Amino acid sequence: MRGLSLDRGPLLPTLLLVPSAVLLGGLLAFPLVLGVLLGFKDATIGEAGNFIGLDNYRYLLTDPVLRITALNTALYTLVTVVFKLALGLALALILNQRFAGYRFWRSVLLLPYVVPTVLSAFAWWWILDPQFSFISWGLIRLGILDQHVNFLGSAWLARASLMVANVWRGIPFFTVGYLAGLQSIPKELHEAAAIDGASGWRTFWEITWLLLLPLTTILTIFSAIFTFTDFQLIWTITRGGPANATHLFVTLAYQRAIPGGALGEGAAIAGFTLPFLALLAWAALDALRRQA
Amino acid sequence: MRKIPRRTVLGWGLGVAAGRALGQAAKVEPVFKPEKDASLRLLRWSGFVKSDEELWNANTKKFTEATGVPVSVEYITWEDVRPKAALAANLGTGPDIIMGWYDDPHIYPQKLVDVSDVAEGLGKQLGGWYDVARTYGYSNRMRHWIAVPVGGTVECLTYRTSWTKEAGFDEFPRSPADLLKLARALKAKGHPVGFALGHAVGDGNNWTHWVLWTFGGKAVEKDSKTIAIAQKPSLEAIAYVQELYAQMVPGVGSWLDPNNNRAFLAGEISLTNNGISIYYAAKKDFPQIAEDINHSPFPIGPVGRATELANFSQAFIFKHSRFPNAAKEYIRFMLSPDQAGPWVDAMNGYVTPALKQYQDLPVWTKDPKATPFRDGIARMQHNGYAGEPGQQAAAALAEFIVLDMFADATVNGMSAKDAAARAENRLRRIYRG
Repeated sequence: MRGLSLDRGPLLPTLLLVPSAVLLGGLLAFPLVLGVLLGFKDATIGEAGNFIGLDNYRYLLTDPVLRITALNTALYTLVTVVFKLALGLALALILNQRFAGYRFWRSVLLLPYVVPTVLSAFAWWWILDPQFSFISWGLIRLGILDQHVNFLGSAWLARASLMVANVWRGIPFFTVGYLAGLQSIPKELHEAAAIDGASGWRTFWEITWLLLLPLTTILTIFSAIFTFTDFQLIWTITRGGPANATHLFVTLAYQRAIPGGALGEGAAIAGFTLPFLALLAWAALDALRRQA
Repeated sequence: MRKIPRRTVLGWGLGVAAGRALGQAAKVEPVFKPEKDASLRLLRWSGFVKSDEELWNANTKKFTEATGVPVSVEYITWEDVRPKAALAANLGTGPDIIMGWYDDPHIYPQKLVDVSDVAEGLGKQLGGWYDVARTYGYSNRMRHWIAVPVGGTVECLTYRTSWTKEAGFDEFPRSPADLLKLARALKAKGHPVGFALGHAVGDGNNWTHWVLWTFGGKAVEKDSKTIAIAQKPSLEAIAYVQELYAQMVPGVGSWLDPNNNRAFLAGEISLTNNGISIYYAAKKDFPQIAEDINHSPFPIGPVGRATELANFSQAFIFKHSRFPNAAKEYIRFMLSPDQAGPWVDAMNGYVTPALKQYQDLPVWTKDPKATPFRDGIARMQHNGYAGEPGQQAAAALAEFIVLDMFADATVNGMSAKDAAARAENRLRRIYRG
């Protein structure tokens, strides 16, 4: 078989790469390019539409709803990721201890993440209901409030309520990641610190946190990507209301493109997310490369 | 108007006569002869009551027995029909018949089979179509019927009679001004009213369009080009809603479709707009509330005529269907009295048919509380009034432009002028050239 020199030269690696290239190209790159192109057309659900250059983008930059949406998306992502990280890490530190039933609590912790989002969104919808929220009910019973909390009926409270729901759902992602990270820290380091008489805080900041830092980067970036593109929570609980106060890019894109039929404009709204997502993806890849 | 071939009309008469004479089991000669080896796929909204799907399936079985044409029926949530129908239209494949909503057929009229013969035949046979049904089914652009109207999920004002009396109203108000007085009196007695101002696709859109229209406002002029939302009638309607909002229970800004049902049944509100579902839920679980419930048409304002909006459904056939005749025959069969009568009766008033003769069905008088729902189609204005039904009107509704104008001016604390200007801005974009 020496005549066939597949194992020499660049031919074999190229051939082996073809299937994945075709898969990635067909399933990811092709629809992405189509989507971007659609953003430059005035296509609607009934008509293929014409090429209109940057018209969709030009209009959207003047659209007050898009401005609110951009602000919402930025706030939603920044605020929730910070909370998810802090709370997720705290929970991981607690669950990393050996106490009675720790295995049970570790699996309980995964629940928010395992329950389908639509279901947990429905649960939150009830929790935040203007008439039947058990939180309002409890606070009234305790004499702290004399009327129901209007969780979703005013712009800022609705934004905050959705963030709480998102944080609740996203904590386990950090906790599980951090639990794995914590278990890979060599015991000797903590033992050595204990022998040297370092305080708990100092051990945490100078050993645990430092060693978790690369992991933190990755977890944060991925969490940011998921949060940035969160659809189900918003759509189930507020549909972007009241009066478009809680739209994210993805929900607004959906509302205008699918029920509204403005495919081109919807694609352009989704187009606004691309630079941010590309930046995050680049950061994720860069972080992974540095660890390799 | 397009002429119907004489034989078709003759066929209608014969079919009906034969059906009556021979009873249900007999094989009725079809008016539209199905193609050889035809089979059909129908996509429709899932029933608002269980009996809907039971009867629809039974009638479909009857159709298959009579014609030999098998029909597979797929039921999906009513809000999901539009994207699926659009997909079928764009791809040129999928179900033969779709029962969609509002402007759906006007979004892709060129892709639909001309159903003038079915629509005109049914109209002749069954007392004619309500005007709004014709607007929804007939395409001015194509100059023929593109869809056969089925009916609407009519909404009425649903209220507690004892509380209304307590507030000093023995008769339910007939003008918006009196409605506001009633709402004030109810709130003073500790029974606020509640109308959805969140993105509630049915309830929210319906009552806000009524109030805009009843003050003489409209999104767009007859030419479907000139935006008319920021004019004086709109501002009056907004001022009215701002006052009404002050009489509402807190939280309506977040209400989706189910919220008012729950709040009403829990006794948190005294008055809201809804289909007949609250009443039937009460009959089942809270009989003493059901006893106290009654329904009224929406009041009529300065414009001087009824201006209600309700979810309106119609059946259309795609040109990509290989069996258009079988599809026509199926629609005709399902909307004919022997099938549609029991079907509508079984739905207890959830759906009001678009053909006038069906107002004689027992369902509308058996329980007098259902009667206001009977004439709902006659009280309707089409979505996108005063313009034509179509993609733009569909987009404006799907984006909650009118609803959000009122929400902006109440929940979001904007001035009437700013809220109307924002709506105008978006409508300009939607209705651009």
